[in-house]
Amino acid sequence: MKKRGMEGSLSEQSASLIGKIERRLFLKQGLSLGALVLLSGCEVTEDEGVQKILTGMSRWNDGAQSWLFSQSKLAPEYPESAITKSFPFNAFYGEDEITEVDGKSYKLELAGMIREKKSWTLPELYALPQTSQITRHICVEGWSAVGKWSGVRFGTFLERIGADTSAKYVGFKCADDYYTSIDMATALHPQTLLTFRFADQILPPKYGFPMKLRMPTKLGFKNPKHIMAMFVTNEYPGGYWEDQGYNWFSGS
Amino acid sequence: MKEVQKDRAEEWTIIHPLAVRITHWINAFAILIMVASGWRIYNAAPLFPFKIPADLTLGGWLGGALQWHFAAMWLLAINGLAYLVYGIVSGHFRRKLLPISPKAVIHDVVEALRGKLAHDDLSMYNAAQRSAYLAIIVAGIVLVFSGLAIWKPVQVQELTAILGGYEGARVVHFVAMALLVLIVLVHVFMVILVPRTFPAMFTGRAKRAS
Repeated sequence: MKKRGMEGSLSEQSASLIGKIERRLFLKQGLSLGALVLLSGCEVTEDEGVQKILTGMSRWNDGAQSWLFSQSKLAPEYPESAITKSFPFNAFYGEDEITEVDGKSYKLELAGMIREKKSWTLPELYALPQTSQITRHICVEGWSAVGKWSGVRFGTFLERIGADTSAKYVGFKCADDYYTSIDMATALHPQTLLTFRFADQILPPKYGFPMKLRMPTKLGFKNPKHIMAMFVTNEYPGGYWEDQGYNWFSGS
Repeated sequence: MKEVQKDRAEEWTIIHPLAVRITHWINAFAILIMVASGWRIYNAAPLFPFKIPADLTLGGWLGGALQWHFAAMWLLAINGLAYLVYGIVSGHFRRKLLPISPKAVIHDVVEALRGKLAHDDLSMYNAAQRSAYLAIIVAGIVLVFSGLAIWKPVQVQELTAILGGYEGARVVHFVAMALLVLIVLVHVFMVILVPRTFPAMFTGRAKRAS
């Protein structure tokens, strides 16, 4: 009772004062809310506690995407007419720094949980059953482009080399010092191809000669180019961008 | 006379239910993160010939912005779903946002622009408010679905196709964001014009107009 009375008289006597305080409080809170954003995004993001939460959420998102991923859900395929005219070059370096791999001496090295670890030459790889796809490459940056890739189904290749497909990861090491890794479910997806050709031509250095793993179910950066070695493992191998903060699963 | 006034001053009433206040502030926090990080993501490959000033963005770089965006999306979606379920089941939407007619909306918006729209009773939303609050709910739903279509254009490709494919969904996502930001700016501007609405969003209480 007493409290109510006090409030009543307070609001009666100094309503305008309260109005002023409210306005000031509002401005102050509005400003601090704005400051959260204006504080250069970097500072908030680099805070250790914040980074822990964000990394934790990214791991949680790996799980959510793995759960959402369907082995039988195929990425849309497009007609030749839909192919992007000048397909963008994209890497962690400039177009003038593209790695040149010598095709004649090239050998794909295999390691880890694989039965037959003998290395593969290009003619041997080209002799595997080939298939093509015209699919949309979606970059983590947001842009997308449609291209045509040809090669062997990665599942077929894994079977041929006696890979333990009950393992969790397949890792890749590339000639340009790039590295990445994928989940076994995606490795076995029917549209995951170990490709040697782009637009019906031998893969040019720009697009990853001598081979690129093409996965229309993952973002572009997950598709390694210039692959020199691959390994099957149960230990999380990470990746060039993944180790810097890009989401590991990055499925489409 | 003085006695009567005193009595009226004590007539406080709850105009914003607790569930609405909680979901409102969680939503405000989530939207702030989603928009600021989304702007950073937009800058990595701008859809239109302009970039968002980096100082207004969150994340520091694309990877950081994506981490924020894909963390806060859960908060936005789960909180938004809780709000929608509450609003429908409790009758909050029906009581506060309906009925609404285009005629009333136009009338109230014109009045508001002329600075003549009275807003004495905070427990009642005028038609301009109703349309804005409904529009922000629709924009939020469109943002969540177009975001899902961009994030998972293979797994939810049927949804992505409805929104015009991957590139179409990007445009939808951007337009819905722009609409949402516009409504929020007007909303915040209105709160500055009628400051007593601000504490009411924390306490839930306002004086009953009689």
